[in-house]
Order: sequence, then structure tokens, then C-alpha cells
Amino acid sequence: MPGSLYLGIDIGSTTVKVVLRDDEQVLFDCYERHFSRVREKTAELLEQIRPLVGGRELAFAVSGSAGLGLAEAIGAPFVQEVFATGEVVKRLEPDTSCVIELGGEDAKIIFFDGGMDERMNGSCAGGTGAFIDQMATLLNVTVDELDRLSEGCTRLYPIASRCGVFAKTDIQPLLNQGARKEDVAASIFQAVVNQTIAGLAQGKRIRGKVLFLGGPLYYCKGLRRRFIETLKLSPENAVFPEYGRFAVAYGASMYAAEQKERFTLDQLLDRVRNSQSKTPMQDRLKPLFESEAEYEAFAARHAKTRVPERSLSDYAGKAYLGIDCGSTTTKLVLLSEENEILYSYYASNQGNPVEIMREQLLKLRQETEGRVEIAGSAVTGYGEELIKNAFSVDYGLVETIAHYTAAKYFRPDVDFILDIGGQDIKCFKIRNGAIDSIMLNEACSSGCGSFLETFARAMGYTVEDFARRGLAAEAPVNLGSRCTVFMNSAVKQSQKDGASVEDISAGLSISVVKNAIYKVIRAGSPDELGQHIVVQGGTFYNDAVLRAFERELGREVIRPAIAGLMGAYGAALYARRCRGSKLIDLEGLKTFTHTAKSTLCKGCTNHCHLTVNTFGGGRRFISGNQCERGAGLGEQDQSLPNLYAFKRDFLLSLPAGEGSRGVIGLPLALGMYELLPLWHGIFTHLGFRVQVSGMSSRSTYEKGQFSIPSDTACYPAKIMHGHVRILIKEGVDAVFYPCLTFNVDEHVSDNHYNCPVVAYYSELLRGNMEELSKTRFLYPYMDINNPRNMTEVLLKTLNHHFGGFTRREVAAAVKAGQEAYAAYMARVRGEGERALAFARKNGKRVMILAGRPYHIDAEIGHGIDKLATSLGFVVVSEDSVCHLAEPQRVKVLNQWTYHARLYRAARYAAEHADTELVQLVSFGCGVDAITTDEVRSILEEAGKYYTQIKIDEITNLGAVRIRLRSLLGALEEKE
Amino acid sequence: MKPYYIPFTKEMKKDYTILIPTMLPMHFKMIISVLETYGYKLELLEKSGQEVTETGLKYVHNDTCYPAVLVVGQFIDALQSGKYDPHKTALMMFQTGGGCRASNYISLIRKALVKAGYEYVPVISFSFAGLEKHPGFRLNLPIIHGMLYAVLYGDLLMTLINQTRPYENHPGDAERLADRWCRKLALEIGHGKRISYRKVKKNYRLMLQDFAAIEKTLRPAVKVGVVGEIFVKYSPLGNNDLERFLVREGAETVVPGLMDFLLYCVYNELVDYQNYGQKYLKYLGSKVAYRFLCGKKNDVIAIMRQDGNFEAPTPFEETVKMAGGYIHHGTKMGEGWLLTAEMMELAHSGVKNIVCTQPFGCLPNHICGKGMMKPIKEKNPDVNIVAIDYDPGATRVNQENRLKLMLANAVPTEKRIPVAAK
Repeated sequence: MPGSLYLGIDIGSTTVKVVLRDDEQVLFDCYERHFSRVREKTAELLEQIRPLVGGRELAFAVSGSAGLGLAEAIGAPFVQEVFATGEVVKRLEPDTSCVIELGGEDAKIIFFDGGMDERMNGSCAGGTGAFIDQMATLLNVTVDELDRLSEGCTRLYPIASRCGVFAKTDIQPLLNQGARKEDVAASIFQAVVNQTIAGLAQGKRIRGKVLFLGGPLYYCKGLRRRFIETLKLSPENAVFPEYGRFAVAYGASMYAAEQKERFTLDQLLDRVRNSQSKTPMQDRLKPLFESEAEYEAFAARHAKTRVPERSLSDYAGKAYLGIDCGSTTTKLVLLSEENEILYSYYASNQGNPVEIMREQLLKLRQETEGRVEIAGSAVTGYGEELIKNAFSVDYGLVETIAHYTAAKYFRPDVDFILDIGGQDIKCFKIRNGAIDSIMLNEACSSGCGSFLETFARAMGYTVEDFARRGLAAEAPVNLGSRCTVFMNSAVKQSQKDGASVEDISAGLSISVVKNAIYKVIRAGSPDELGQHIVVQGGTFYNDAVLRAFERELGREVIRPAIAGLMGAYGAALYARRCRGSKLIDLEGLKTFTHTAKSTLCKGCTNHCHLTVNTFGGGRRFISGNQCERGAGLGEQDQSLPNLYAFKRDFLLSLPAGEGSRGVIGLPLALGMYELLPLWHGIFTHLGFRVQVSGMSSRSTYEKGQFSIPSDTACYPAKIMHGHVRILIKEGVDAVFYPCLTFNVDEHVSDNHYNCPVVAYYSELLRGNMEELSKTRFLYPYMDINNPRNMTEVLLKTLNHHFGGFTRREVAAAVKAGQEAYAAYMARVRGEGERALAFARKNGKRVMILAGRPYHIDAEIGHGIDKLATSLGFVVVSEDSVCHLAEPQRVKVLNQWTYHARLYRAARYAAEHADTELVQLVSFGCGVDAITTDEVRSILEEAGKYYTQIKIDEITNLGAVRIRLRSLLGALEEKE
Repeated sequence: MKPYYIPFTKEMKKDYTILIPTMLPMHFKMIISVLETYGYKLELLEKSGQEVTETGLKYVHNDTCYPAVLVVGQFIDALQSGKYDPHKTALMMFQTGGGCRASNYISLIRKALVKAGYEYVPVISFSFAGLEKHPGFRLNLPIIHGMLYAVLYGDLLMTLINQTRPYENHPGDAERLADRWCRKLALEIGHGKRISYRKVKKNYRLMLQDFAAIEKTLRPAVKVGVVGEIFVKYSPLGNNDLERFLVREGAETVVPGLMDFLLYCVYNELVDYQNYGQKYLKYLGSKVAYRFLCGKKNDVIAIMRQDGNFEAPTPFEETVKMAGGYIHHGTKMGEGWLLTAEMMELAHSGVKNIVCTQPFGCLPNHICGKGMMKPIKEKNPDVNIVAIDYDPGATRVNQENRLKLMLANAVPTEKRIPVAAK
């Protein structure tokens, strides 16, 4: 009698995998994308095994994230995929200590050492196959090509790996600034590796024999290499088995072997084909258009907003060139003297905007030689600096101003502009003819336009076709309004429920719109936006998005026919002011060369990564630097007062102390940035030498990365792990970071708490950092407002760990520490006042860079303070000016010390015309979800701009620069 | 100074309807019943679904915790529904205070009301800490006393349902019985007269008997403990009907009661005194309250043990000790050390599979939940914990897949009736 047939089906988010076994022998395996047609694809693959099965009966089981729905619908045995993998490995490679499996949207890790421990990625889809797909799209290559490119890498750039959108924010500027694709490709893989280590391993070390499974790890050799190098695996410990892609399906076939029921192939196929989803349908929405006629009226209305055009071939005279070098696309507009469009261009920049621009300019110059004089040129967008330097463009202007210039042309009384581009959402209100408030999407929900595109491609459609299908949707799926990366799983769910491509397309468009309205603009009603709304940006070419927007607002808006060209159009209009253009000529274009080289800046201790772009004719452009120093622009602005720099210098210059009683290590992170003078004063007074871990860098974070249990905590907290490791490596006698429920009581707020993370992070450190068991870790609970309590607690703690301390000396040390802290705060306030006086005397603008004390850290704050001084601002911190304003009564519970300072600083800015406030917010800071609205309302009630900058691991300042320049532009226009 | 909020006046008490968001339906129904005896008109909001979330997202900052989004969503949705006269409606929210951003729920609700055009609707902060003054809503001892029993009854009913539902022969029996008891008890503690403790204890016994009488078929089942941020842990709206999912998967759920959270709040006062000194009188008061409340819980436990048909919860004094070796009792924001202690309590009582629920980005849970999983697993390798994040964007499919993984690794334990204590 022949053996039994076991069939395992693994349906993931993007692929179907099938394994058919005859007892132990694998007869068939197969791996294919399903493009969300789960049932059809499964049936198709089952047909393929017919010759192998013949009339025999088989047992089967289903696994995978999208398999759950099918299993329920057809009543099939289901096995959870990570569990299935674990079972396979236990059988095939029993000496494995760890499995890393990357799938389409899932990433999993299984530890076998010390009790089996399995983990999956949480709500974040970063670091998965979908992430790699998305990044490949961004580079305009296939995944295979991306892999091949990575082989030629010479250096790695830090790329935020938590979610694809973040990574894009990092990658796009790299590309625009001319970084080599090879390096970027390898950096993308490195980001995946980092995400796996930080996000999945969650504090557990990956070591021993590691098995790598799943599609991406099977196909991408470059990804393998990054894993091996990062984990420092020897060849015999890094195993990439042939069955890597089918492990889950294999596991399912093992599970099938435990099932009693047997089927013929036809019975099975019958079930698959005739199944109906049992789970209730996801919410559905109203169709975008009720009827054909409705669509036609809509299309006709929008067809009216056109710009006059004129043929370039017979035009002679002056012309004005506008360039918008965006994050994913390059746009170009040439205007005649009468503002007619002579020529326009809109295309993906394919990761190399310089080359595209050269081709375009060359074409224009050649075609119009001797006939058309380009009398002025202006460039805007992400690649502004690069293009401006490469081609000697006359003006560079910030995008927001460009867009407003364009929108005003269509609708002089425009009061609200919404621009959804490939990468970002920008919107701004216009009041009294000036830009009044600017909202850019925070890093976490950007990428809307290109998200649609990536999705269209993933499902096998062009973006135009995908959009068209959305118009015909009968019941669009409701995908909510959250970060687009989360939408992946919402779409997965709707696929499971059998939603059509039409319904998904329309649903995605509606989500993009909801994101813009509720996440970026955060409007409660349409009236909040304005009366005369102009929408633009490439994404609004998509009629489904446009329609969804009008629907959601309940009012009609204007979409210029050149919606995608508005930035370039605005730039061209702006260029009209030019007298004598210096734009590169035909000769220059013909001999144009461009090379990009990466190097480390030696301008200061930050050692920023720089990309040096060299163009023919000795023109250079240096990008990547955090200040203007590396760009060779001299130091004229370095003399402006900068409280962030002052505080940094002060804290780092504290003398270490003599050390007769040993060495105390203080990690310079979180609350230590505020209280260092206090603890330093106490411990040096007691005769300790104080070892401070110092300013953070990217590598500080990487040092502690593997011991972080909660990846969604804020960056300032996660970097703490690295600081603690540095101290332990230095061999300190004890590490000290106390648990402080209460912060300093400044008597100006309802209460004076620390946030939970600042207060109790030591508890987490102790539980998750093995190294801490090798040293003394002191994290006593105390009230720093109560010297007696401090004395008692410290006395007890120190005597427990060291011995020989008297109450009297500890009390004296506490007193000395508190005096040192008071003196420090007085210095900070004094410096703040001095900076303000300086600004007023010299007619400079003041920027209150308002965050938390730990935002002064060079790595956490990413040098935004230096960027601000380079733009001509005098920079003060929130704690250096808050004493100049009254305590604030806010609409929320004012119960955190740091935030009470924020509100007062905002009040100060509200009361002073020359002072702007920019709020720094750490990604994941739950408390700031509450404070930002309050700070905003304090400022806006006084007619001031509110600018918020969300910071995380992102290291490129491009987006921040746009924001600050827009602020500056808006201020100038107001004047 | 004029208060920055609209107080709930004595005038309003006469004809205003007070809306309360759901968290624990049974507990809250009984609490409402107690309040109604004292002349308040209340209504529990039970609407769920995507609309609630969407309304919430419109009116609060989207990065705020999920519970705030849901609560605001329920409130605004109710006000907009036309079912209530907004000028004759007040809202009530429970509040504990402390360093967690949850202390700001009241403020967020008020801001949302302003945004939605209901700035005149008073929001009553229900808090034993007395954070705000509302002349028309004053807690007195009889009210608090009545509520205490609502909580004790509610916890017992919840335990009994959980221990019965997976085994009942006629699906729905346990829930129907619980409903019946809930209505009966609500009337009893809501009559406004003195509550006889003897009667209460008699009720405990009768409840135990009634539930024991439900026809059951015992079989081995996976026991799954649920801990986490208080709202998503308890509220089906917050956790996508977690309990129902687990029951459908054949598991028996074990959910520590609301009483433990109250005890935790009181216990923290004792710890504060030990850590920071100050306020001796308050300390003494808390100590008396703590002993009294522990006694009440322990009475339930004693009666359950006597009855012998159900597994009794762990005395709180024991739970307190369980945090030892993992986290200090000074960690008191959000669920603080209680969360860690509850995971250990479950593990010690044989519940090795634990779901730790939290809203996405919950600050305290970075430390007390996710931050403690590694040390707990190191010292207890047989414990099987899964952390599930809840937020408006998280989909059921992801959550359920992770739960399935946890269940796949779980070992069913024999269901047996504990031997009655002598």
C-alpha cells in the first residue's frame, strides 16, 4: 500500500505556498504571488498537483495570515504559521538555536535556546518583504535588481527601519542628494536587519545556529549578507535552507499528517471554489459615484480649471522656467511672457533627479536655441539645493511658497491649499494674503501618494488603472484613517473577506483623504479648512481621491488641471522677478558631469556623513551635513547664541571629582539631562568620581539596541540602553538612574510628575539588560523635592551597596547637589535672557526650540538647533525663557514639570513679536499627544505660527529644513 | 476663581441624564443602580463599532491612547444621535489621577465637546481623590458603600461566567444566569437602605450554587489570563471582544477583578508614605481602607473555597508579594506594578498563558508590561505571554493571528472541580 499524501497550504499576505508530501518525500512545492485572489490562486495551484495525486486521498492543513479566513470558510484544519515553522525546524534541524523568518508583511523570530520563545512583528509592518518591495519601487528597480545593486556597496547609511514611511523619509533625500544607489540598496537591507533585531528580538540575543526562512531571505543575497555581518555569524551558524520559502507550508503538511479526515483532490477543490467567507463582511462605504451621470458632471466641472497653453515650437521671446524636484517626481514648467505654458514635464525622477534635469534642460536648450531666452529660473522641492547648485538655477524657494504662488493664480482668494504628493501631505491656510499656518504630515503618515502606487503595483495594476477601477467601486471597504503602513493589514483583512480590487482601490483613496483631513489637518468640520480650497499634487490626478475628498468635506474644491505641476508652475511665476538669468547654457550642459562621493565631515565632533556632489566647472554641492559648516559656507552664523549648545557644553564640562569612594556612572539620557548637576553635585561631594556616559551618537543607540523590549517607546528612552552599556564597559562601580515619580516642583502647575517612561525606565533596564547584573545598579525611589527623604533614601542605598556613609555627610551632599542644580538653572535662565537681549540688540529673530531637556542631545535633537542658527535664529530652550511668562492655565491637566515649562514658553512666544516657538516632539511620546494641542492653541490665539517637528531615529534634516524655511518664508511675507 | 470647567450643579441633578461609557457592563449596571437610588438619572452607553472609533478620531488627537478615542467617540456619538437633549445631558468619567496621560481623559473629553459644539455639557469627574468639585454630584458613604458591593458582585459574576462558559452544555446559560443575577443585585443594592452584609454573603453562596447547577461537560481546556491597561483589558469595545474570541477557541479565560485595581490604588498610598514620607493621617486612613477592602475580597474567597465548585481568586495580599523580584511597588502610574504582579499571580495559580493588552504606545506598559516579559519568562520558562496592541488601525486579523500563536503553544490543562475546603 502506498504511503499517505500530506498537503500543506500556506497563504501569506502576498504569496501562496504549497507543499505536497508522500510520507517523508516532498513531491511538489511551489511559491507564487496571489495578488489578493486567494481562492483562485489556491485552486490553480491545486490543479497543478493533480497528476501527482491521481485518485489518491490526501490529508491537508492550512496556515498563514491570509489562510485563516480560507480555513474557516472551508472548514479546514488551521495551524498558526509561527507554530508550524517551529515544528518543522524541530524535526529537520534540531540543533538550531534561533529562526528568523521574513515574509511579505510578517517577520517572525523563534528562539529554541532556554525554552521555546516565538515572536511576531506587532502592529508595525516595517522590516518585512513589503518594506523591501516598497523601497525597491522607490529606487525604481525590481527587488532582484535591488539585491544585485547591494553587492556593490561601499558604505552604509543609517536608515530608520521602524516603518517604511520613515525609511522613505531617510532614503529620498539620500537619493536626491546623489548618494549611490548601491549604498542605498545595502542600507535598506541593513534597516531590515536592524528592525529584526530591535523590533523582534526584544532584548534577547540572537546567537548560535541561526536558520533563515521566508521568501525575502531566499531571494535577497544582499539581505543575507547584512544579517551575517551584523550578527557576526560564522558560515556554519548561518543556515539558508533550500526549503526556506516553504517552511510554513511544510509545517502545515506535518500538521495535516495528524488529521484524521482524508479528501480526494476534487472534494478539496470543490470546497475551495464554493466557499463563502463566514466571517462578517468588513464595513463598507457608499460608492464614490451613484451613477454614470454623476461622474460625468464631476469630470466636466473639474475640466474647467485649465491654464492656457501655447506651442513651444513657434514661440519666440522670453520664457521662465520653474522646476519642482520632488521626493519621487521631477516637474518642470516653462512659461511664456503671458504666463502660457510652453512646455511641461512630469515624471518619476527614478532616483536620479540630476540626470533627468540634464536631459530635460538639454532638450529645451537645443530645441529653442536662438529663439527662446530663458530669462529666469527657480527651483523648489526636496532636491532644490542639489539642482540649484548643479545647474546654476537663479532662485531656490521653499515648496510652500511655490505652491501658494501657483494657487493664488487660480483663485486669488484661496484660503486653504492641500497638496498631496508622492511622499508628503502639505497643507496651509492663508490669512490676509499670507501663509498663516503650515501643516506637514508627521513622518508616520506620509507617503500617501506613493503608497497608492505601491499598492496598485502589488496588486498588478498601473496606478491609473487602479484609480479608474476605484471610481466604479460599488461598496468601498472602510480602511480607517491611520498610518498607511497599518493599512496593509486592513487591506489584508478585506481581501480575506473577498473584497474586489475596485472596492479596495476606492477604500484606499478614501483612507488617504481621511488621513489628510483627520490626521494632518485634524479638522472637526469642513468649515475649519476654508471657503476656497485648492487641492493639488500628483495624487489629486487620481479622480477617486479627489472625489473622496469632496465627499468627505461635503463641498466642491478646485483642482487645477496642472495639479501635479503646481510647485513648478509657482516656481516659474516666481522666476519672473529675475533680472539676468545665470542658468546653465547649452555648452555647459553638453560638458556637464556629475559625481557623488561620500565622506565624513570633520567640521566638528558630530562627524556627519556627507555626500559631496561635484559638477563640471568646479561647482560643488555638499549634502547630509547638519549645519552649514560642512557645506563650506563659513561660520558667520555660529556666533549666534544657542542655548542648546550652552547647556550641552555646561553639562559635559562638569569636573569628574576625586574618586576616593569609587566611580559612579550616570547615563546621560532622559531625566539625567535635567538633573545631572544635582546628582553630580551629590556624588562628587561624597567623594565619588562621576563618570558621565556623554553625548549620544547613532552608535550609542546601536550598542544597546538588542536589549530594547518595547520598540514603540520613544527614541530618548531606547538610547538609554546604549548609555548604560557604555558605563558598564568603562568599568564603573555603580550605575545610577533613580526612579522619580515626581520631578522638580516649580510650583506653577497642578502637579509635577515625570512621564512614566522617564520615571520608571530603570525598572525596564534592570529586567532587560543582562550586563546590569554584573555591576551595582542603583535606582532608588525618592522625592527630589524633599531633602530629608533624599538623604534617607541615598543613605540607605549607599550603605547597602558601598557602606561607611553617615547621615550627616549625605545630608550635606544633598544640600550641595541641590545648590548646584539651582545654580545651573539660574545660569540657564541668565543665558536665556542674555540671548534674548542679544537678539533684540542685533535685530535677530528668536526661536524657542521647545522640547524636553533631553532633546538637547546631539543625536536625539539631530542638530536642529544648529540648523536654526544657520537660518539666522537665536536659539533658546524652553527652560531658559519660561520664567519670563506667567504660569499658564491650560485646558488639560497641567501635571508634568517639563510640560508646564512648555506652556509658559509658548506664552512668552505669544507675547513677543520677534519670537517663534518650534516644538520638538519625540515619536511615540504619548504625553505630547496632549501637550501639542495646548501649545498650538496658546500660540494661535495670539496669531502666531505653530510649528511642530516630530523626531525619531531619522537623521536627515531635509524635511525639518523645509519646515523651518517655510516658517521663515511665512514670517517674511507677513512683514 | 471661576472653575475652568462646567460644574454639575444641584439644579442639573433634577432633570439631567448622565451618560457613562461602558467598561465592565455588569459592574457598571449595578453602580448605576446604586446612583439612581440617590436621585441621579444615568445611562450606560453600549454602542460599539467602527463609527464610535471614527467619531473619536475626529475629536481627539489621533496619537492619544485608544481608550480616550473610544470614550470620546461614544460620548459625542450619543450627543449627536438625537436620543438625548444635549442641554439636559451630562457626561461622567472615572478618573484615578496620577502621572499617566490617562489623567487627562476628562480634559480631552471637554476639549472634544468644545470642538463638537457641546461646550455647555458638564463632564463629571468621578474620582475618590476629589480632583474636581461638582455641587450636584457628591459622593457620600452610603453611595460608596453600595458601589463597593457592585464591584464585589461584578467581580464574582465575571469569575463565575468565565469558569462556566467554556463548559456549559447549553451555550448562553452562564450569561443568562449572570444577567438575571445582575438585575436582581442591582435592585437590591439600589434600594437605598442599609445593605446587610449577611445578605451579601448569602447572595455569594446562592450565586455559587446557581452557577454550579448549570449543566456542564468538563474537558481539558487552555486557560488564558488577561491582564493589561484597564480599559482594553475589560471593555469588549476596546479589545475587539477578546473574551468571546478566546471562548470560541475553546479557552477558559481568567480575568483579575476590578477590586484588585481599587486595592492597588489604595495600596499605592501606603507605598507613597514609605517612599516619600509625608501625610501621616492620610496614610493611616489608607491603611484602614486597605485592610477593610482586603477583608471584603477575602470574604468572597473564603466563601468560594467553602463552596468548592469554583476556583477562587488570589488574595490581594498575595498578589502584592508577586511583584517582588520583578518591579518595585513605587511604579504606580497606569496599572504600574499591579500589571506585573497579575501576570505572576496568574502563573502561580496555574494559568500559564497570558494575554497582555495595551493601547498602542501606552507609556506605563512599556515598562510594567512589555518591559517585564523577558525577566518573567527567564524565571518562569513555562509562561507563555503574548502582548497585543489595540488601536484604531490595528486589525482583528493581526491580533487574532498572534492570539492563535499563543494558543498553539498552550498546553490544555485538565479541568477539575477544586476540592471543597473544610
